[in-house]
Amino acid sequence: MVPLLCLWLVTLNEKTASLPVPMRNSASDDNINMAAPVALHLEFGGGAELLFDGVKEHHVTLPDQLDPWDMKQLLVWIKENLLKERPELFVQGDTVRPGILVLINDADWELMGELQYELQDKDNIVFISTLHGG
Amino acid sequence: MPVLCSSCAEKRAVLKRPKTAHSLCKECFFWAFEEEVHQTIISAQLFNHGETVGIGASGGKDSTVLAHVMKVLNERYNYGLKLMLLSVDEGITGYRDDSLETVKRNQQQYELPLKVVSYEELYGWTMDDIVKQVGLKNNCTFCGVFRRQALDRGAMILKVDKICTGHNADDVAETVLMNVLRGDIARLRRCTAISTASEGEGVVPRCKPLKYAYEKEIVLYAYFKKLDYFSTECIYSPNAYRGHARAFLKDLEAVRPSSIMDVIHSGENLSVREGVKMPVQGTCGRCGYISSQALCKSCVLLEGLNRGLPRLGIGKHHRLHDKILSQQPLTQAEERKIKPLKF
Repeated sequence: MVPLLCLWLVTLNEKTASLPVPMRNSASDDNINMAAPVALHLEFGGGAELLFDGVKEHHVTLPDQLDPWDMKQLLVWIKENLLKERPELFVQGDTVRPGILVLINDADWELMGELQYELQDKDNIVFISTLHGG
Repeated sequence: MPVLCSSCAEKRAVLKRPKTAHSLCKECFFWAFEEEVHQTIISAQLFNHGETVGIGASGGKDSTVLAHVMKVLNERYNYGLKLMLLSVDEGITGYRDDSLETVKRNQQQYELPLKVVSYEELYGWTMDDIVKQVGLKNNCTFCGVFRRQALDRGAMILKVDKICTGHNADDVAETVLMNVLRGDIARLRRCTAISTASEGEGVVPRCKPLKYAYEKEIVLYAYFKKLDYFSTECIYSPNAYRGHARAFLKDLEAVRPSSIMDVIHSGENLSVREGVKMPVQGTCGRCGYISSQALCKSCVLLEGLNRGLPRLGIGKHHRLHDKILSQQPLTQAEERKIKPLKF
């Protein structure tokens, strides 16, 4: 098992070396599941759903990629694949617009590493806008 | 690696508090949030035992959390208050009619009596009708001025002793900033006050028990408690000015979460130098409501609407008030300034 894993990691390193962006070195245990698709439950609320055609819940599967998906990449993916209008009301720079709360598996993302959080299969991500009237 | 609650050290933390940077679990957060509102109420002596209190309820997050927390605290600490929900129906199809449905559900959920007063019954105009007259530029002025009086009128009908509203820390900080930006010294001086004394006939004292509660915590409280609230933007409100102040504050908060409290603190401790000219509070010559002019803003706006001169109450037309009060005709030049805009 161990030599096999090493061989696999070597191949991985060769592949990543050719990519322009530097890759993070994750624990090897994580990498075993690396190629498996990540299915997520996304939820938009507090008015944020208005930017997604009024649809609050989305079940999505992120495409396979070499390194694990993180929140930063998820935001880009959402912007390109789900967001229907006025992207500036949802993302600002590479993060969410201030005033939008993010929960990862029902915990404040500020406790989970925010943009660096590595997404796991079946994660539940909630975006709640606080910018709508009270 | 789940973060543990810094208070009980047993359960998984669910949020980082912006005010204290503590990481708390759900139960400890609910407790801390409710206790802080309790402390605010006690230290400012907002209520007296036996009073009837109207909760201004819009169906939005703030007033829904306020109604819930007021009910919890009233029972937990035996405030001895008689609580009621008080809503204003501005007459905005597709917005207020939907949010009032939420208030009606809250009425059931919290078992509190509900009174709805409408612009139509109070003023003879719905916001839908007003927007047809004035367009989307100054409509928020009408709505804001009318709502303030509508809550008072509703409070009189219900015979409540006080009104409490869901204004939160972010709202108060925004208002401080806006008053600075507008140079409105009179409002700047009073906007951070947690309660207003009875200012005269027809004005019910108001208070803001959530004045020190961060919006983030209100939203998360509602989310974790699964409270039923309505969150659609008003269809008529671009509300540009407040929007800018809001976005600016949120940007500051992202860098330094204490910014919100700091702006409130600055507002609270400002004192206006002697000799600065301030408007003198009097009463409206027509309806008796508080006013610093011969006619209150609400009467001027209404007069304008009813005479087909909707811009009468927008901008500075104080000179015309005496003429209106004594029912003198306006000159053509005066009329031209305040005629409806052509759309």
